[in-house]
Amino acid sequence: MKVSSVPFSGTKEQEARLLEVIAKYKDMKGALMPIMQEAQDIYGYLPYQVQKIISDETGIPIEKIYGVATFYAQFSMEPKGKYTVAVCLGTACYVKGSGAILEEVEKVLGIPDGSCTADGKFSIETCRCVGACGLAPVMIVAGDVYGKLKPEDVEGILAKYE
Amino acid sequence: MKSLQELKEIREAKAGQVNIRFNPDNAEEAVKTYVLVCGGTGCTSNHSWEIMDELKKLIAAAGKKDEIQIIQTGCQGLCAKGPILVVHPGNVFYQEVTPEMVDQIFNEHIIGGRPVEEFLMVEELTNGEKIHYVDSAFYNNQMRMALRNCGRIDPEDIDEYIARDGYMALNKALNEMTPDDVIKEVVDSGLRGRGGGGFPTGKKWMFASANRGEVQKFVACNADEGDPGAFMDRSILEGDPHSVLEAMAIAGYAIGANQGYIYVRAEYPIAVDRLKIALDQARDYGVLGKNIFGSGFDFDIDLRLGAGAFVCGEETALMTSIEGNRGEPRPRPPFPAVKGLFAQPTVLNNVETYANIPQIILNGAGWFNQYGTETSKGTKVFALGGKINNTGLVEVPMGTTLREVVEEIGGGVPHGKKFKAAQTGGPSGGCIPAKSYDVPIDYESLKEIGSMMGSGGMIVLDEDNCMVDIAKFYLGFTVSESCGKCTPCRIGTRRMLEILEKISEGRGEIEDLDRLYDLAKYIQANALCGLGQTAPNPILSTLEHFRDEYEAHIVEKRCPAGVCKALLNYVIDPDKCKGCTKCARNCPVQAISGEVKQPHVIDSGKCIKCGACMENCAFGAISRK
Repeated sequence: MKVSSVPFSGTKEQEARLLEVIAKYKDMKGALMPIMQEAQDIYGYLPYQVQKIISDETGIPIEKIYGVATFYAQFSMEPKGKYTVAVCLGTACYVKGSGAILEEVEKVLGIPDGSCTADGKFSIETCRCVGACGLAPVMIVAGDVYGKLKPEDVEGILAKYE
Repeated sequence: MKSLQELKEIREAKAGQVNIRFNPDNAEEAVKTYVLVCGGTGCTSNHSWEIMDELKKLIAAAGKKDEIQIIQTGCQGLCAKGPILVVHPGNVFYQEVTPEMVDQIFNEHIIGGRPVEEFLMVEELTNGEKIHYVDSAFYNNQMRMALRNCGRIDPEDIDEYIARDGYMALNKALNEMTPDDVIKEVVDSGLRGRGGGGFPTGKKWMFASANRGEVQKFVACNADEGDPGAFMDRSILEGDPHSVLEAMAIAGYAIGANQGYIYVRAEYPIAVDRLKIALDQARDYGVLGKNIFGSGFDFDIDLRLGAGAFVCGEETALMTSIEGNRGEPRPRPPFPAVKGLFAQPTVLNNVETYANIPQIILNGAGWFNQYGTETSKGTKVFALGGKINNTGLVEVPMGTTLREVVEEIGGGVPHGKKFKAAQTGGPSGGCIPAKSYDVPIDYESLKEIGSMMGSGGMIVLDEDNCMVDIAKFYLGFTVSESCGKCTPCRIGTRRMLEILEKISEGRGEIEDLDRLYDLAKYIQANALCGLGQTAPNPILSTLEHFRDEYEAHIVEKRCPAGVCKALLNYVIDPDKCKGCTKCARNCPVQAISGEVKQPHVIDSGKCIKCGACMENCAFGAISRK
């Protein structure tokens, strides 16, 4: 199993919240995904330690939880940066040049897609269509949507996030 | 809990407020001024909530709360011109509204009664004449059935849905029809699955209807809209969520199920929120829950969020995912109607399919099937995107030609560029070339020319798009989204992508085209699920219609559209070059040489094709060939 190189820093309070979530879904059919989704909301990611708690509490084997965690793009076993930069690579954005936007983001931050800057500030990810095709090409920084982008806009936008 | 009588009273009470938005001519019905602000994802991304806040402030300051009502709607369709604001009475559209414009619109129009001409949404015709949005082809050439309430009602207010005969179809089904009557109505309507497959909906319900009351069954809604560039289902959920809930309850009654599931993409936060609100309101009114309309029928719906896996849009994978597993597909048969969710008989339909159901029940199959073509009834919603002026959401009767959709409703290709192809069906579909511009849009016609209806994404490509690159884009998507369960898809799509990369990098051989074709046919025939079986379509259709482009990449080592980087060469036109040295100074790899005031030259061996020289040339002397 892939264990993150970043030390786990979960708190007792986070664990208490997770246990509440697990209790809430205990009797529901197919509860694993909702539990994992809420666990990721609590911790920001799903490291081994969190998967272990879910496994111990629900009796679902850890290998199944790991299998689900690695299957879906939404689940991350690595912590994310303080600000997530998501570049849309859906078709409408792609044909309007989002590939060049992604290259520019990688250049400005000096890291490849799917990774996090050394200071933990930014991480880059790509997404498939957020549905704001009228604004293509689109990038989302910490939940703020920026549309009709040109590569030269990228540096100024990222500079706004401290 | 509300009785049928109470719902009818709500409908009467709300009619004056709601009807004006659908029949703008009946201005005398309006008891207030209504300001509709679009709260779809496109306009919200454009900060339409700031406009709402600004308006609320102005209304409060003017003490006009009782005379002016703000309504946050779902998608109004013309996303390219968002944020959109509409004022009734008058049906006046404003486009690209900013918080700074609100003050003027409020004072001059909403209070003063005179629309602000300079902000009005107008369309410029090819002859230069400007017409108001409501008279434009975008508005008039559409036919809104699935989207009938989208952008016109407040999706967070069940009363507005009720004012539009909401939940009356459910009442009619429960109290005036037998479950078999309901199924017959849907069969007779000719409604087919809007998720792409086109399977007759009524037939699906019929298969699942055996043994009512003896076994547990489920009704599921596929809202895992994964096709990149498509946002039809999202818009319906954001704009008219109750239509889907009502339809699922009707389906539950028809097949004998008491529990529904909606599987929706987690990437659609607004849709998820509105669904939650709608579910709470529906339960509160008793149109979901126990003993609905006193009929003895119970039905409730659970929401499940996807987690970012395209394959979960495939029906068996979706059900595996709801069960809490890796979303891998299962072999069919058994079909979901026999053995679906939690191994029980299940009906699974797409959002848009459901959105048509309440009206079919209310108005009858004959009303619905008068629209469309012989085999494709009703309408289809499309998300127009790519190289098109009116990016947005449109709905047209089946049988409308591609040309009408792109040229008239879509306003054509921007910047005077030439239409090259339209891509429909996303990673499962194909490209429709310009020579098939007049093909009627229906399930059979699109299939015949190597594409498919798909869920409704329609991406317009112009002469600047390279078809090899487009095929490569979709294959890259499929490779990263293949679940890995079956070999033809897991390995086959990877091999196809590698061949495409080879071609776009100038290392292709002419035999590669045969290899691609053979591999594509093999994967089509042998992959386990729809994702794999349709993955070769983007290659097959571009190979068929744009073989010359593939050959140019392979034989001439040239990308005719100027997209594939490895095949591009930047050249300086010696007649236009003034020798200003700006290009040479901006070249990151010192590939440009030349004397001051003399034409410069690019060393193609050193050039990394970044394009910095071309961007910096003030004389347009550098071109990409």
